[in-house]
Amino acid sequence: MSMLSRVAEHIYWMARYIERAENMARLVNVNTGLQLDLPKAVRSGWAPLIAITGSKEIYEDLYKDFEERSVVKFIIGDTNNPSSILTALSSARENARTIRDIIPRETWEQVNELFLLAKTQLPAGLSQRRRYGYLKSIILGAQQITGLLAGTMTHDFGYDFLRLARNLERADMTSRIIDVRSASLLPHGPDLLQPFESIQWMSVLKSLTAYQMYRRQMQTSVRRALVLKFLLQDVQFPRSFYHCISEAEACLKNLPHNDIPLRTITQLQRVVSERDTDTMTPQELHEFIDDLQLALANVHDQIRANYFALPETETAVAAN
Amino acid sequence: MSIKWKDYKITGFYDEIIRRAGQPREIARPLCKYLSSLKDSELEDLKSAADLSIHTMGITFTVYSQEGGSIDRTWPFDIIPRIIPKSEWDHIEAGLKQRVQALNMFIDDLYHEQKVLKDNIVPEEILAKSKNFRPECVNIDPPLGIWAHICGSDLVRDKDGKVYVLEDNLRVPSGVSYMLENRLVMKRVFPELFENFSIVPLDEYPSQLYNCLASISPRPMERPEVVVLTPGIYNSAYFEHAYLAQQMGAELVEGSDLMVGDDDCVYMRTIEGPERVDVIYRRIDDLFLDPEAFNPDSMLGVRGLLRAWMKGNVALANAPGAGVADDKVVYAFVPKIIKYYLDQDPIIPNVPTYLCMDKKERDFVINNLDKLVVKPANESGGYGMLIGPQATQKEREKFARLIRKDPRNYIGQPLLKLSTTPTLVNNGVEPRHVDLRPFVLTGQEVTVTNGGLTRVALRKGSTVVNSSQGGGSKDTWIVDEEIA
Repeated sequence: MSMLSRVAEHIYWMARYIERAENMARLVNVNTGLQLDLPKAVRSGWAPLIAITGSKEIYEDLYKDFEERSVVKFIIGDTNNPSSILTALSSARENARTIRDIIPRETWEQVNELFLLAKTQLPAGLSQRRRYGYLKSIILGAQQITGLLAGTMTHDFGYDFLRLARNLERADMTSRIIDVRSASLLPHGPDLLQPFESIQWMSVLKSLTAYQMYRRQMQTSVRRALVLKFLLQDVQFPRSFYHCISEAEACLKNLPHNDIPLRTITQLQRVVSERDTDTMTPQELHEFIDDLQLALANVHDQIRANYFALPETETAVAAN
Repeated sequence: MSIKWKDYKITGFYDEIIRRAGQPREIARPLCKYLSSLKDSELEDLKSAADLSIHTMGITFTVYSQEGGSIDRTWPFDIIPRIIPKSEWDHIEAGLKQRVQALNMFIDDLYHEQKVLKDNIVPEEILAKSKNFRPECVNIDPPLGIWAHICGSDLVRDKDGKVYVLEDNLRVPSGVSYMLENRLVMKRVFPELFENFSIVPLDEYPSQLYNCLASISPRPMERPEVVVLTPGIYNSAYFEHAYLAQQMGAELVEGSDLMVGDDDCVYMRTIEGPERVDVIYRRIDDLFLDPEAFNPDSMLGVRGLLRAWMKGNVALANAPGAGVADDKVVYAFVPKIIKYYLDQDPIIPNVPTYLCMDKKERDFVINNLDKLVVKPANESGGYGMLIGPQATQKEREKFARLIRKDPRNYIGQPLLKLSTTPTLVNNGVEPRHVDLRPFVLTGQEVTVTNGGLTRVALRKGSTVVNSSQGGGSKDTWIVDEEIA
């Protein structure tokens, strides 16, 4: 069967939004933990989350402060925020709905249920005490969808688009989480934060469920350079930037006329793996992450142009 | 409350299954015996099993709500089948084939020489005021000369037991997916009944549909690219569109998935680039098909589609303009149309119909509004209708005015006493009114579904079978009495 561009695009966005919802839940969970571990004087607070998600402008239009309450509401349940958990799940559901005949039935049901859960249980998500359980069920729900699809969807082009999307979204979030932690170190002097640095990096690892894997892989305590090496360059950890884009690369290889996005992603792989993480200053790290995100955005645009936005005009057909 | 056929009351209607209280018709005896052997709890279990199957199989019609969780509503399904003896069905099937053949010849004639008008069989006035005549289609020769490839004719049985055609749906008739799914549910729930009856199977329909569509492909090839064109997920019949596409192994497309190239061929946008499309089973009304030719605001259609069709580069089923014969005034002439083109008497009669365009018949209709049903020519789904015996004096006066103002647009018919069939209700079985919609496919060959979709008015006394107004459906069994 051929794969309609529209169908491919819906699969792609469904997967990105589900992954996004999961990542947002992880983000809030880990920041909650981090705040509790740090002495009041050096707490980074909740503003970094707004920076991570790249939503400073919308946020400042809607909220006056960066209090926990406001930030958490914005990230979990504000429908004005295009990346909030609720919006992401709603978008995932809208995309899934139009491809119900393509994806396995249980998947559609699970996506629908997860959205309904996020919506009806929202008060739990906003309450400090019950938040953890709420976010955990979002993360597990998203993982369940991923598992269902892996086990029940034919591994055809559609599945390639699904994995491609998930890994691009995941790579993006890993880079954002690293970025924010590095940025949050800046305002304070190194002396004051020194004792807590490892706690901070540990929280970065935990937000990606990477702590345990890091320990096994690196067999050492938590140190910035090694954490960066692990999260950016590890070949085998499924949330490391390098691993994600390698998965994306593998998917792209299966797709037709893939040369442009494939070239970009191969370059990106090289840039990431060759970078020396030992000596990077926070500023350099920040710039490096910027480059990575730019490259991801390029890959996305090329995929869009290549597969989804097929020519509107008639001449393009003749050219084919 | 287990079923006692003695208590089943027949009240002046023809019943499909029960002849007289306590006396099932010959063909239905094993069924009635089986049903009355069931305990309450067993009956309840069967009903739940059927409901569950419907739910898990996802047989739904779409009611969209942004907020609510339930997007699809299941269509009520009654587990007691309706039975038609095969000998009777063979007769009906022949009648349907005859009817659709004549209708196709009629449509083709209207878009060419219009002999039927010149010979005064059908008055010219009908064409002049037809809502569904498409001047754009004049002198177009669709493949095999066929315009209405998929036709759903509604049949009813009056109290005399005779079957009549109530209307012909030649635009985008729906319901066939429910017919197929109902059978699947019944097989899951009543396997033992299927062992004891010889019920004619249904499951060939999707491949017959594919073959019918493939047979009109402009490019002769083994597997032409056939697609189902849907208005999208918000359409109430979306389930059916997706279902038929899946069953045929065809692509389900929306207007935005298709485009017409410089070469006036139709392509679908795939990740591998544009791919040529040969046949489009369109489930979109004529006027939304192509913003270039028809409604310029249509977001559902494909710019240039009509052009591609006129050049013979793509086949559309049904062909644009086929709806000209889907008109209640044309309906009144179908017996004459059959006689004219085939020189045969119609096998299935029409319901007696009075044409308001004729002065004498109009006067009769206006003077008998309290006894008749008045229908506008081009509406479907029961809209804009007057049911005289149930209407108020004021409504009848309003219709008298409407008829005088636009006589061509109205017909009158006697109120039929639709047949009933036993239907499960809260405390046992009661008669409920039914109709039947068989589907006729016309391509290289003509095929008729074995039976069709039986729609049932679940409200007591009601004759409205539409899904949106308290209607449900039943499995329809064509039973071969020779083998049984």
